[in-house]
Parts: sequence; structure tokens; C-alpha cells
Amino acid sequence: MTDLKHIRNFSIVAHIDHGKSTLADRLIQETGTVKERDMQAQLLDSMDIERERGITIKANTVRIEYTADNGEEYILNLIDTPGHVDFAYEVSRSMRAVEGSLLVVDSTQGVEAQTLANVYQAIDADHEIVPVLNKIDLPASDCDRVAEQIEDVIGIDATGAIQVSAKTGQGIHETLEAIVTELPAPQGNADAPLKAMLVDSWYDAYLGVIVLIRVIDGTLKKGERIRMLSTNAVYPVDRVGVFTPEMKPVDRLGPGEIGFLTASIKQVRDTRVGDTITHERKGTEEALPGFKPAQPVVFCGLFPVDNAEFEDLRDSIEKLALNDASFSFEMETSAALGFGFRCGFLGLLHLEVIRDRIEREYNIELITTAPSVIYHVYMKGKDNEPGEMIELHNPADMPDLSKVDHMEEPRIKATILVPDDYLGDVLKLCQDRRGIQLDLTYAGSRAMVVYDLPLNEVVFDFYDRLKSVTKGYASFDYQMEGYREDNLVKMSILVNDEPVDALSTMVHRDRAEMRGRAMCEKLKDLIPRHMFKIPIQAAIGGKVIARETLSALRKDVTAKCYGGDATRKKKLLEKQKAGKKKMRQFGKVDIPQEAFISALKMDN
Amino acid sequence: MRSPSWFRAVLAGIVTDLALENWQEAGFGLYLHWPFCAAKCPYCDFNSHVSRSIDQEAWQRAYLSEIDRYAEATPGRVLDSIYFGGGTPSLMDPALVGAILDRISDHWTLGNNVEITLEANPTSIEAAKFAGYRAGGVNRVSVGVQALNDADLRRLGRIHSVDEAKQALALAKSTFDRVNFDLIYSRQDQSLDDWRAELDQALDMGPDHLSLYQLTIEEGTAFGDRFAAGGLRGLPGDDLAVDQYFLTQELCEAAGLPAYEVSNHARPGEESRHNMIYWQAGDWIGIGPGAHGRLTLTGRRIGTETPLSPTEWLKTPGESAREDIPLDEQAIEYLLMGLRLREGIGLERLKSRFGMALDPQKLNTLLELGLIELDGPTLRTSREGRPVLNAILRELLSD
Repeated sequence: MTDLKHIRNFSIVAHIDHGKSTLADRLIQETGTVKERDMQAQLLDSMDIERERGITIKANTVRIEYTADNGEEYILNLIDTPGHVDFAYEVSRSMRAVEGSLLVVDSTQGVEAQTLANVYQAIDADHEIVPVLNKIDLPASDCDRVAEQIEDVIGIDATGAIQVSAKTGQGIHETLEAIVTELPAPQGNADAPLKAMLVDSWYDAYLGVIVLIRVIDGTLKKGERIRMLSTNAVYPVDRVGVFTPEMKPVDRLGPGEIGFLTASIKQVRDTRVGDTITHERKGTEEALPGFKPAQPVVFCGLFPVDNAEFEDLRDSIEKLALNDASFSFEMETSAALGFGFRCGFLGLLHLEVIRDRIEREYNIELITTAPSVIYHVYMKGKDNEPGEMIELHNPADMPDLSKVDHMEEPRIKATILVPDDYLGDVLKLCQDRRGIQLDLTYAGSRAMVVYDLPLNEVVFDFYDRLKSVTKGYASFDYQMEGYREDNLVKMSILVNDEPVDALSTMVHRDRAEMRGRAMCEKLKDLIPRHMFKIPIQAAIGGKVIARETLSALRKDVTAKCYGGDATRKKKLLEKQKAGKKKMRQFGKVDIPQEAFISALKMDN
Repeated sequence: MRSPSWFRAVLAGIVTDLALENWQEAGFGLYLHWPFCAAKCPYCDFNSHVSRSIDQEAWQRAYLSEIDRYAEATPGRVLDSIYFGGGTPSLMDPALVGAILDRISDHWTLGNNVEITLEANPTSIEAAKFAGYRAGGVNRVSVGVQALNDADLRRLGRIHSVDEAKQALALAKSTFDRVNFDLIYSRQDQSLDDWRAELDQALDMGPDHLSLYQLTIEEGTAFGDRFAAGGLRGLPGDDLAVDQYFLTQELCEAAGLPAYEVSNHARPGEESRHNMIYWQAGDWIGIGPGAHGRLTLTGRRIGTETPLSPTEWLKTPGESAREDIPLDEQAIEYLLMGLRLREGIGLERLKSRFGMALDPQKLNTLLELGLIELDGPTLRTSREGRPVLNAILRELLSD
């Protein structure tokens, strides 16, 4: 157990690519925490997907032992937090577990929207914040401008910002000293009943669920019995330890310390981020504030390309869910796509990560249907009484309109930072997506735009469009802002007069014609010509609002076919047959799998 | 002369019982591949090569030894057709052609109406050899005219002019019993009216047989590369191409040369017997580099293939592959070749010889779409169905 005065707990706040993980690696290296030969770039991002995408999905932690210039030994606990909005709740929990933050800003780029969202979380958690200007080795580095921007936009003093090159190691020592001298030591009482925060948890094949904790008061030892305050579940503690970053057992964890416990917990679902852990007997009854379970906000269907792989898909989804309490799933049957799962995610990145992991780690090719949000459908009641409210996760389940009183959709508050050259494009994009402007301010040559937007206009391709209209120079972040009533309808797509359930979407009534036309046109290009002509229609209820006709195939014959060509021709037919397997047969029409997503992408 | 169709229909009924071999039912031919050209055409994906020195004697030895070998395997058969294809067989010495034909007739009985075809390019040099080929036994030529427009001939990489082609055709007509010529249409910047005028002109030349191919851009050709790189502009879209196809049917029919196959038109009785062997799943021997053969031997259907490379084949003439074609693949071949013909295929033969029965539901779907016709035991593509034959085959052969 380390005395409180010699502990510093901190996190690093940064935008993707601003060098957070590299800086963390440097701190670890500088203090000799990991031997040179074990160093691997981006030590803390352990999943392939994290390394590839340069993002952190799970919170990670490392305990660094550091002898400061004053000659005293300190324990520095770094919690590396997810940087993406999808994992905002995990970020907020991690922030509550530490007392200070390094705000890392790329001195060639400046502050980005994501940095803002996370730094506000740090400010909310009462952190002491040390600004760090990174990448000063690059020619485009402009520390004065960026420091000024930090003061303008975020409103914290950046005069003492540390100038660092995580690449060359310049400024690393100064950063370590600043952690010791500028960040506060944690507070806590070793004699009080145990109160520890569950910061994160994950599944390990050998040890079961590993729980990352921050001890607030009291001490925790191996062999003790603990209780989770939210569920009252009791577990005997098998191990306690710290991350160096390898797991290293210790006798006990005391106030201010960050470490792990294992306790024969079978599923990650049994551990809730933000929960309070105490002793079974003589524990605290006072829960830490702000606990809430993570709620999925984006839903989509995942179907195996090959129907025979449905059971494999179920296996893989169940395994992934064991380690991810925020991911929900239930079986779904689609007339077009067969058996699959309707899955709920924290956001689009979360969706992509799970989908990539299924495809890569479990080798199952997937058809992903259009992402959708949860609508609140208020049914008509009897005798002027309000009817029940249904949470609609899948447009295919939309009840009969005549029984619906009204509907509400989730809204978000989006913050976009963009160079002013592209401001007009960004405003147009937001307006097109039914946005309501809340704020527009400038910091230097960059504009900060705040919009109230419907989540359903954002979940699909908003981020792609934003990147494309701003050539990648905009950054974007959002937070949920609750539900609001609007004129929403379910739009069905009929191909050859049959509704294709997987292509149904919820749209705003005013935009239905435009969306319907766009989808019909897209599908006309995506579906190959058949031997007959195929009407493609968009409809609301029984009313057709847009229509295209895919004309019949007129020409598909080999001009020359003689004795030597039979073999080649046979092979071509085989190949076409294999290609057909990648399509979904719907009535008499074959629809290519990519159509289910591509049809919804909007070009404007 | 070919037997009248009613007679063949009756014969087909008996054939099932007598279980005639494919060669007896649909003919027996010999294909000989000459792999050399004076220049390679940019659209051509056939096995052709440009070579400065060709040792015609060495080629003769190789061809003759192969003829001997196949003769041993097929004793007692009557040969209905011999076909010199390429490449450009009109680059062969007439003496070489004569020696090959002599050797063939030493081994097999030639049918009364044996068709002996040689593919020729319409340059004056080649036309000068026509009499020699005739003397050697060739009775039909197929002339690669390709276009009746000098600018387009150059675009197609052809080294003859329209005038040369016309002179060569006139000479061919006075030299051989039967003459075919080829045209390629749906070319770059070719309008419907352009093609109408060109085809009218071709029909005015009074041919008995015409092969009219829509330009196809094949991978691995110069055109294929240019097309992939975004070049070769002005090719017709599917709609214009189909309009041109139907115009072709109309004009040829009116001129008395209806289509008997997707791309082939003839006065009745003037159809290419040799190609009918392919389309009706007869037997044929394939000799020369890259030649394929199909032979029914001791009840098994054998597919043969030879090395593509001329030098390699010349070193060791013979086959690079010989395999039994499983029954289900024989059926597919019969379907995909036979449905190219206007006369269609026999469902009885498909079942009794090749063991395949088509799904009545699929046939019904295609019937309702008007893409096929069922006439007793005969299945054929309709006029509208023939240009989408690939789609029909996909439907018929889907699981």
C-alpha cells in the first residue's frame, strides 16, 4: 500500500491521432516500467482493431513507478480512456477514477471536437489539467497558435503548456515532473469501510472476469468477500493486483490506488461500469454518484451471408457479448435475409468494431442492414386515456399507423469544428439533415458549430458526408439530448411489388419523397437487370411515393461459341452461379447483399 | 445435303432406342488449328501468333502424326467435316493443306457431302492460293471480311481494304462451292443506320452464308486493355446493340438468310455442317495447338485439349489433357451449345443420353416470359430469348 501523498492518478485527453498512445508508451519507457525489448508500439491498445484504427476501445491502465527530481518515489497510475463519443460513458467513469488529466493537443493541428468533449468531461470531474503540446518535431508545429486556441476554446491557462515530441522523447521528463508537482494527490481514508469504483471489466479465458477498480476508502485484500452495490451480488476475491502493464499480484490495494481484482465472476454482464464495490460485511451503503448502465442507441440487423452460418454467428455474438455489456442482441427473422440478429450498439464506431470482430475473429461474412435508432411510439389509448409507449428498434416492427397517436425520436447535440472555408458546406449538411442551429462561434480561422440534430439523420452516413464535404478537416462529436416529437413515418420499399423488409426505414414525412426517390434510383443501379422488368417503389402505408423501373435484360449472349469454347463457357456459368449465391433472392428478384446498405447512402 | 428436319425428328425417336453414338447422331468432324497470323488483331482472343519463319514441313509432320493417332482410335467412322481454323490458315502452303487432306482420306471414309472448310483472309496474296486449296480438296472458305468500311477495318487492325476483300470474295465464289464471310458489328461509333447500310451492302453481294458477330471486348486482348483503361469510346450500349441485333435478324431473314444460330445466317441447306457438330454435341477431333476435341469412345465422352503454345505443341504434338466429361457436364454442354441454334435441342436426347430433366417450373417461367418455345420434345429459344441466352441458361441450370 502506498501512502496517498506519493500517488498520482491521471488520464490523457486527446483527439485520435494526436499522439495519446505514443505519449503513454514514452512515459512507460522513460520510467523503465517495460523493458526495452518488450516494447511494442501502442502498448496499451491490445486489440488488433484498436491498433489498426488508432483508437482505444477499452479503458487500459498502467502503474508507473517514478523517482522524481525531489528524490521521492511516486506511483503514477495512468488510465488510458477510449477517445470516441460512442464510449463517452466509459470515459466519464474513467475520469471519475483519477484526479488529473494531461490534455494532449497536436501542435500542428490544434483542438478538435473530440478533444473538447473529453476535456469537458475532465473539467466536470474536477480534474487538474496539464496541457501538453505534442509533435513539436514536425515542421508544421505552431505552439503559440495552439496554446492560444486552447485558452480561447477551452478556457484553461496554457501558458505553462509542456512542449513534447513523443516521437523523439523531448519533453517527456518535464511531463513526468508536471504530473508529480501539478496534479493533486488522491484523498481517502484507509480506516473507513471499503468503497471502490468499478472502472471497467473484461473477460480473460484463464482468470474469468477481470475488474479494474479505483479504491476510494478502505483496503481490499485477497480472500475477502465483496459485494456489488447495484446488484448485491457477493463474490470471494481470488486475486488483487496492479498493471505494470502486465498483471502483477499485490497483497492489498489501499485508498487512492488503482488495480484489479478477480473473483470468479463468470460474465462481464455481472459487472457494471461505475458500480460501487464494498465488503460483504461492514461495508459502505453509500454508492458513488452517477452510476448508470450503458444503453445501446443504434440498432441494426446482422445476417450471415451464408444462411448455414447462422449458428456460428449466434456463437460469436454470444461470446462477444460476454465481454461487452453495452452490446445487446436478439434474434431477428427477415423475409429477405433469413435468420440473423438485431443488435444494439453505443454508436456507429461500436457497431463497426463489433461487425469487424465477427467477420475477422470468427470468419463469418455478414450482411449489415441500415442502422436505426430507438423511436418512442405512443399508441392511441381508449377513452382519451394516453396509450402505452412502445420502443421501436426495428422499422419492420412498426405498428399500424391508425393505432399510433404520435412518435418521438432521439435528438443529439452535435459539436463540429471546421476550417471556415468549409463552413457553408457543413451548415448545408446539417440543415439537410433536419438540424437546428444552436451556436456558431469562431476560434481563429476555425468555426465551432453546435447543432441539434435527429440521431437517425446522423447514424447512417453523416460522418462520412461530413468528412467528404470538408476533405477530412472537420471534427465531430455529439451527446444525446433526449426525445422529441416529430412527424415520422415508416417508408417501405417494394421490389417487383413485394415489400423488402430489410429495406424499410423510418423517415421524416417531409423528406420521405426525396429519400424514397433517392433509394429507388440507387436500387435501380444496384440490382442487376433480370429477364423481366422490375418495378421498384417506395411507399408509405399503401401509398406509393416514388417509383423506378428496372428494365428487362435485353442482351446477354456470347457472340462466338464454337468447339473450343464449350469448356470456357461452362466455367463462366459456374462462376455466375457462385456470384448468385452472394445475392439474396427476393420473390423472383436477386438483390446483391451490398444493396441493403448502399441503397441508403445519400450523395447530397 | 442435310436430311430434312422431319426426317431427323423421326430418326431422333428411333435413335433413343437404338442408342446411336453422338457422332452418328450429330456428326463427326476434324478441326485443325493453324496458329499463325500475319498480324494480330486487337479484338481477337483466339490462339494466334505472329511468326516470321514457319517450318511448314515440321508442321506437316506433326499434323500427320496426330491424324494417324486419332485414326487408330476411331476406326470405321465416316467423316462429315474437316475444318482448317486459326490463326490464319490461308497462310498455309496449299501443298500442306493437300497433304493433310490426303492423309485424312487414307484413314476415314469421307461422307458423300463432306464439307471441307478453310478460313481465309481477303488479301490478294492469300486469294492467289485459292486455286491451290481447291485442288487439294477444300470446298468451302470462310473469309474474314469483318467490315465494309476502310476506316473501321483499320481500327479493327485488319490489313486488307474493302476493295481487296470484295475481289477476294469474287474469286472465292468462282473457285469454291460454298463461301461464307464474317462481319463484326456494334463497333465503335456505329449507328443503327450505319449498320443497316453496311449489312444491306453485304447482302447485295449475294452470300449463301454470313457470320455476323457483335464486337465483344475480351480480357487479355489489346481492346480489353484499352477498354479497362477507359479507352475505346463510342461502343454501343446494350440497348443500341440489341437494336442492331434485331435489325440483323430482320434484314437477313428478308434476304433469305435467316439466323440458324445466334450469329450465323444461311440460306436453308447452306448451314455450316462443321459448326453444327459443335452445337449439336457431335464428335470431333481437335488437332494443333490449343485445339479442343470431344470424342465418344467405348461409351465415354472424352474431352481433349492440346498445349496452347505452338512451339510446345510442335515439339510433342498431342494432348496436354484428356478427361472423361461427367454426364451432368455433357448435359450442360448440350444445353449451352444447342440452345444457340434456332432449331433448339431435343429434350428426349437431353434425358436419355445426358440424363438431365429440366425443371418444369423453370421452363414455365421462361415460357411465360416468352423467352423459350416448347414444341413437343423440342426446346428452343424464342427470337427474344436468343439474345439473353446466358440468362436463360443461368435460370435453367440454377439450383
